[in-house]
Amino acid sequence: MDYWLPVIWFGVIGFGVLMYVLLDGFVLGLGILAPFAEDEDQLDHMMNTAAPIWDGNETWLVLGGVGLLTAFPKAYSLVLSALYLPVLLMLIALVFRGVAFEFRFKARRAKAAWGAAFSLGSLFCAFAQGVILGAIVEGMPMQEGKYVGGMFDWFSPFSMLTGAAVVFGYALLGSTWLVLKTEGRLQYIARTLARPLALVVAVFIGLVSAWLPFLDSRIMARWFEGGNFYWLFPVPLLVIANAWALWRSVRREGRDGDPFVYSLGFFVLGFVGLVLGIWPNIVPGLTLWEAAAARSSQMFVLGGMVILLPAILGYTYWSYRVFRGKVAADAGYH
Amino acid sequence: MDALLLSRIQFGFVISFHILFPAFTIGLASWLAFVEWRWLRTRDTLWRDLFFFWTKVFAVSFGMGVVSGIVMSFQFGTNWAVLSEQAGSILGPLLSYEVLTAFFLEATFLGVMLFGWGRVSERMHFLATCMVALGTLISTFWIISANSWMQTPTGHRIVDGVFVPDDWWAIVFNPSFPYRLAHMVLAAFITTCFVIGGTGASYLLRGIHVEAGKRMLKAAVVFAAVTVPVQVFVGDLHGLNVREHQPIKVAAMEAHWESNPPGEGVPLILFAVPNEKAERNDLEIAVPKLGSLILTHTLDGDIQPLKSVPASERPPVKPVFYAFRVMVGLGMAMLALVACSLWLLWRRRLYESRAVLWGWRVMIMSGFAAILAGWYVVEIGRQPYVIYGLLRTADAVSPVEAASVMTSLIVFAVVYFTVFGAGFRYLVKLIRKGPHPHEPPPQRMHGDKTPARPLSVPDESTEAGA
Ligand code: HDD
Ligand code: HEM
Ligand code: HEM
Repeated sequence: MDYWLPVIWFGVIGFGVLMYVLLDGFVLGLGILAPFAEDEDQLDHMMNTAAPIWDGNETWLVLGGVGLLTAFPKAYSLVLSALYLPVLLMLIALVFRGVAFEFRFKARRAKAAWGAAFSLGSLFCAFAQGVILGAIVEGMPMQEGKYVGGMFDWFSPFSMLTGAAVVFGYALLGSTWLVLKTEGRLQYIARTLARPLALVVAVFIGLVSAWLPFLDSRIMARWFEGGNFYWLFPVPLLVIANAWALWRSVRREGRDGDPFVYSLGFFVLGFVGLVLGIWPNIVPGLTLWEAAAARSSQMFVLGGMVILLPAILGYTYWSYRVFRGKVAADAGYH
Repeated sequence: MDALLLSRIQFGFVISFHILFPAFTIGLASWLAFVEWRWLRTRDTLWRDLFFFWTKVFAVSFGMGVVSGIVMSFQFGTNWAVLSEQAGSILGPLLSYEVLTAFFLEATFLGVMLFGWGRVSERMHFLATCMVALGTLISTFWIISANSWMQTPTGHRIVDGVFVPDDWWAIVFNPSFPYRLAHMVLAAFITTCFVIGGTGASYLLRGIHVEAGKRMLKAAVVFAAVTVPVQVFVGDLHGLNVREHQPIKVAAMEAHWESNPPGEGVPLILFAVPNEKAERNDLEIAVPKLGSLILTHTLDGDIQPLKSVPASERPPVKPVFYAFRVMVGLGMAMLALVACSLWLLWRRRLYESRAVLWGWRVMIMSGFAAILAGWYVVEIGRQPYVIYGLLRTADAVSPVEAASVMTSLIVFAVVYFTVFGAGFRYLVKLIRKGPHPHEPPPQRMHGDKTPARPLSVPDESTEAGA
């Protein structure tokens, strides 16, 4: 049990983060693509596809953060103090992005300004999340589990790369979401954007994967030593297959959901690759078991989760069903 | 300035903003559930108009509550890393349950409540509204539990400086929790109640939306007539509880420096300027023995004075003392207004009395002020500890550079004042304009340029002014 409990929690937090990335990813993607809207009505339309669900999507981020505090308090305090400024950037960006949903529709003179807040907020938020991801994978200077670096230790070529990668990744999710949820001119724009974005994202995945082994010799060892290579190499192959399927599905009329599913697939695969790289650490240099909270804490929440998570997934699914189908251009169902 | 002081200012700043929104949305969600229920029962279109009108106000406030709340949940790690590391095993689970039982519920059903009109049946829609209201209350339960545990920690062990939970029941239902929860929920309801009543009163004064104004004011008067007296009573019990667990906080609330001779009792200080250097009060105006009566329910009971502990164990006296007087003063003012209103309502003169209508108009924001004041009493009064008696605030701070915290503080200040300032202006404009008859349901609220109904205003912009 003392072995498995932290492992289960690692899975739970991983699941929460993945849900967040998938669900808020496409909403942030809408913001990143906002500059491609040809007029305010199209931006209205884009935002209306997410208006009823963005809040629930964002809540997975809160679950990820608070779950980390619950199960791995050491990792939570280490990561957040080390990444103070990127986290600040993410939070401020989320403030602008979130209020824009409400304010933009209330404003007249400032309407364009809140549109920009939506767009820039989403962009910076995505970038900050990528930087956070990169910095965590790279590791941070610590002594006895406490952060000992400075204000800007997170700044590195690798974290900039992951920052950019996440921006494009979310943009891809956003564009395929629009293919799914809209029709006409807007859908056409989204289709046009999806292919180049898919290409760029595939290149970023390649770059990040090529870089990873040089960051940490242990990752290198994991991939290339012993028999591991044989059961790990399907991951890159799957990425390539997925990219191909996405490329083809974008132009296929009538199956508007497929591109979205394939771009989710990218994220799931990328996520699996990263987790394989970090395991069994939660942050490089700090293993799951070293960072784990008291057993009674982990048990206490896990007990409730067994019932609550399925319930949450259930009513989340229900709300997506309520709002299923295409969002008409002037339904304006914000 | 060091990272500690900056972090304290920052935490106080961002949570002060955050609490304003929950305080309003907790009450408003329940009000909306009530109004929708009345509409479904009576089919009186005025209820329906009120529902859609307050839904818009709710949506804006809720949005601001969410974004400022996300900030809060990361503050523990960014600024109070040592607190998170040492008490994460206790605070984390409480916050996790808040997310799992409340935040998902609120956020998901909010979507259906705001945009689902016409897509789900009326009953399902009403259910969604109720779920949102329930979510806000569950959220209050958990977060107040976390805060109360830090005020009166129980149910844990300390192993190598880390708080290890032993008894979850004792942790969740720690000694100050029931009082704080009751006081906070009532505070949120009262705050919203005064906004609704004040809005109704100002419509009556301006002679617009008269029927809606009357209905809101009457609901507010009746509701406040129950909750405000109960709040004063609960506040009194809460004070007794604080006296038991945090006697020095009470001494600071009362600016009580030293014990009086036996038998004399504690006076109630109406006004004074606490002088922390000289350890006494200047310009004191006090009523003899009344303090004893309130705090110990006897005529000559004593409370532990500030001087009984070294200065390093005392909270700052001035802010605690003044904030407490602001809260209680506002509570008394509310009580007076409600008593007058109730009398006039009974004599059927409520809607004509300009004095009382003005009273409601002036008090429209009073709940927010009382809530902030109350939290300042609680939080500043527990200093120098963040976990009372066990972990000092000074030891809880993150190992980050002061420059980082300075940056974040400035950014938060600028962003919060602009963003929430704009939100506040939108709210004021929405409320000024008031419900229009045959209020369009919210899903037709924005961006819908084709006037579906002749009476509906095609574009719901508020910036044009009304
Ligand atoms: C008395 C009630 C109360 C208090 C003291 C706090 N909150 Fe709060 N919070 C709420 C009551 C609430 C709420 C009513 O549930 C909100 C307000 C509006 C909303 O969207 O939900 C909310 C929103 C909210 C959210 C966004 C939830 C979402 O995504 O839907 C987060 C992450 C937090 N809060 C976290 C905190 C933290 C870490 C606090 C303390 C340090 C805190 N809140 C104090
Ligand atoms: C919602 C209303 C609240 C308000 C207005 C409020 C206000 C404040 C203020 C003004 C301070 C600074 C006190 C000082 O440094 O002298 C503070 C500190 C703090 N509060 Fe609260 N608080 C609230 C609720 C909470 C809750 C619900 C929690 C936790 C669950 C919490 C946890 C803390 C912590 C960890 C500190 C840091 C220690 C410190 O700065 O002293 N607060 N709060
Ligand atoms: C007039 C009678 C009142 C009394 C005797 C009273 C008493 C108290 C006391 C003793 C505390 C401090 C608890 C602590 O330090 O731990 C407190 C806190 C607080 N008060 Fe009041 N109060 C009164 C009225 C009000 C009103 C009218 C409101 C708002 C509408 C309000 C809102 C609050 C809030 C939000 C807190 C902080 C949270 C809490 O501890 O529940 N109070 N009150």
